[in-house]
Amino acid sequence: MITFESVTKRFADGTVAADDLTFEVPEGELVVLVGPSGCGKTTALRMVNRMIEPTEGRISVNGQDAASVPAPALRRDIGYVIQQVGLFPHLTIADNVATVPSLIGWDKERTNERVDELIDTVGLSQEVVDRYPRQLSGGQQQRVGVARALAADPPIMLMDEPFGAVDPIVRSLLQDEFLRLQRELKKTILFVTHDIDEAMKMGDRIAILNVGGVLEQYATPTDLLAAPVNDFVVDFLGAERNLKRLALIPVSAVEPEPGPLVSANDPSGRAQEAARESGTDWALVSDAEKRIEGWISTDDLDGRRTVEEAEVHPFDHFVTRDESLRAALDVMVESPLGVAVRVDTDGRYEGVVTHNTLTGELK
Amino acid sequence: MTQSFFDWSWVVDNLGDIWAQLAEHIVLTVIPVGLGFLMAFPMALASIRWPRLYSPLLGVAGILFSIPTLALFVVMIPFTGLSKATAIIPLTLYTLLILLRNTVEGLKGVPSHVREAAEAMGYTRTRQLFRIELPLAVPVIVAGLRIATVNTIAYVAITALIGQGGLGNLFMDGFLRQFPTPLIVGLVLSVMLAVTADLGLLGVQRVLTPWQRDPG
Amino acid sequence: MVEVVTNLIAWFLDPYNWQGPNGVPTRVLEHIYYSVLAIVLAVAIAQPVGIFIGHTGRGGALAINLSNAARAVPTFGVILLTFLVAGIGLAPVLVALVVLAVPSMVTNTYAGFRAVDRDVRDSAEGMGMTGWQVIRRVEIPVAMPLIMAGVRISAVQIVATATFAAVVSLGGLGRYIIDGLAQRDLTQVLAGAILVAALSLLTEVGLSRLQRVVVSNGLQEESEEASMETRLEGKTG
Repeated sequence: MITFESVTKRFADGTVAADDLTFEVPEGELVVLVGPSGCGKTTALRMVNRMIEPTEGRISVNGQDAASVPAPALRRDIGYVIQQVGLFPHLTIADNVATVPSLIGWDKERTNERVDELIDTVGLSQEVVDRYPRQLSGGQQQRVGVARALAADPPIMLMDEPFGAVDPIVRSLLQDEFLRLQRELKKTILFVTHDIDEAMKMGDRIAILNVGGVLEQYATPTDLLAAPVNDFVVDFLGAERNLKRLALIPVSAVEPEPGPLVSANDPSGRAQEAARESGTDWALVSDAEKRIEGWISTDDLDGRRTVEEAEVHPFDHFVTRDESLRAALDVMVESPLGVAVRVDTDGRYEGVVTHNTLTGELK
Repeated sequence: MTQSFFDWSWVVDNLGDIWAQLAEHIVLTVIPVGLGFLMAFPMALASIRWPRLYSPLLGVAGILFSIPTLALFVVMIPFTGLSKATAIIPLTLYTLLILLRNTVEGLKGVPSHVREAAEAMGYTRTRQLFRIELPLAVPVIVAGLRIATVNTIAYVAITALIGQGGLGNLFMDGFLRQFPTPLIVGLVLSVMLAVTADLGLLGVQRVLTPWQRDPG
Repeated sequence: MVEVVTNLIAWFLDPYNWQGPNGVPTRVLEHIYYSVLAIVLAVAIAQPVGIFIGHTGRGGALAINLSNAARAVPTFGVILLTFLVAGIGLAPVLVALVVLAVPSMVTNTYAGFRAVDRDVRDSAEGMGMTGWQVIRRVEIPVAMPLIMAGVRISAVQIVATATFAAVVSLGGLGRYIIDGLAQRDLTQVLAGAILVAALSLLTEVGLSRLQRVVVSNGLQEESEEASMETRLEGKTG
């Protein structure tokens, strides 16, 4: 756990980088500090491991006042990852990762095991272990940086734009993998970024800071999007706020609507009836295993005896329970029916997601 | 242990001689640096045109550079006696390493996108070299000239041991007679000469690169 | 020309030249003795200063300006002046040699430390290294190419400059050159020159090898470039 109590930082030239910051990073959560240039997010982060000292106020780490312990000792218990990584160019990857264990005096065997374990964990192959940083790509170096920070298994981690120096595709990959890692490790993490989308993706909680080190709002992503406290936050959250809110809600969180479902050899009358009950002019056609073959229009049913005699239009896309409502909206917009068909991982029908479903969730 | 530390009257009495030595020192500096540049420049162009030449050329210049000055001067004696050539040839050879290196690096340092743009606009290689690449390489080339010049000024003094010397003769005179004044005069003039040459070349660089001046 | 070469070979083959106080072994050893003493002293003085200003970042501008200014001063003249002022003897020789070598070693070590990436230093501190640990485990190894380049060029410079010790009646290989010039014995002069050049090249090569060993494999490329830079600025005679 990390606690900020009325922390202020004033530099010699008068700039205020942190203005009476008070908030708490709960244990096992990833809290993101986000804001525009000059909001003091990096300063706040660096005050936790005392790379910068606060002018006023107190920071507690795991219940203990950070200022009460000598800085190097404090830092050895905190994992630290920065944007440019800062790998030691003169050491192999293995020695880089082993830095903190070696500082605190682990024996060689334990260290070597740990290094191998971590290289695996961050998704690198064992052969990089004897290479030097200059021989690795940006993405690989970033992963080594994370491994290095995790080496001594610190309960707390500080991360300053750790995925900033790579291209968007690699960044997305690294973010996903780190989230997967965090689900297992449950570290207490303070994470800095300037990118609100990254904050939304990574954070259990988000602290939005304004220029001059002012904390504007501290809330979960959902609460933030649903109830921004002022214009600054609204602007910072960016356009299409509702879409962003939808992106945070999984399809599984909502009950699907039943929808007009018939099977291929049902008589056409049955299909007409189903459509009428649902209030639509179409029906969904499934096979014997409840997998969706497509849809038919009630107009096409005129003069047909069974459903399968009418033209069955296939679907390009479905949506599954693990995706977000925003993905559902995307599917919905593409379909002439104006709904998204929800299926399970085997393609079996679960229901439909409608426009009303979405508006209902946003209330 | 010796006479009074600095004797102004000696200076006044010997102005003619002092001036002559200074003049000789300047000559013994300008000629080697000039010759060195005349040799290094085509070598540099060749190194850019045929990159495989660069390493061996640099290697030879480097080996020459490693030979202690007194040794190289002395080795010339059987060939050129105790004439000016004995001083000038080694002094020239010593400038080669830095002049070659800096000219090549200066030209290489021209951003490739600039060169591409020039080529795309229809510049021939020669024009491109003289109108685009050389001017942009000036700072690095001049930096090399400055180091070569300041170094040469220091080496010239040593040639006093082989019959030339410039201001080095003042050093020896003072030393042999245990009389500090000429030595000090020589040293001071050496330093002033080096500083003047350095700043002078820097000035030349500024003149040749108007685009690098701060906006008014 | 051919005569010169034959005389030279004869000189080197003459056993007389290999014994006694003026024999090659003696002179070489004297030369090495002055040089090693001066190098060790110079390192002992220059490295702590260089490390201090490199690590703290303070005083760097002053150091660089002093060093640049020092380059404008002719070594040869300084040696002569030192002797004039302090008298003849080994101590003045050493002082002159050390004073000449220290500025460039300090500048190189300082430059090496300053060239350590900010982020590397930041992550080292952030991980919990104390000041000394940062110096020992990170800054020195990363700065090593430049540190070694500085030591190397200073060493070669010292070996070359120790030749002038003979001008002030000391020993060393310069003896052959100075005496030869005085006695108009060209062969002796050339022999001395060749020996000095050989010793100088040997020092350069030896320390080059050492540099390759001491500098981490992760840094070898920077090492080559750094050496070249330093060499060009270091020769003063």
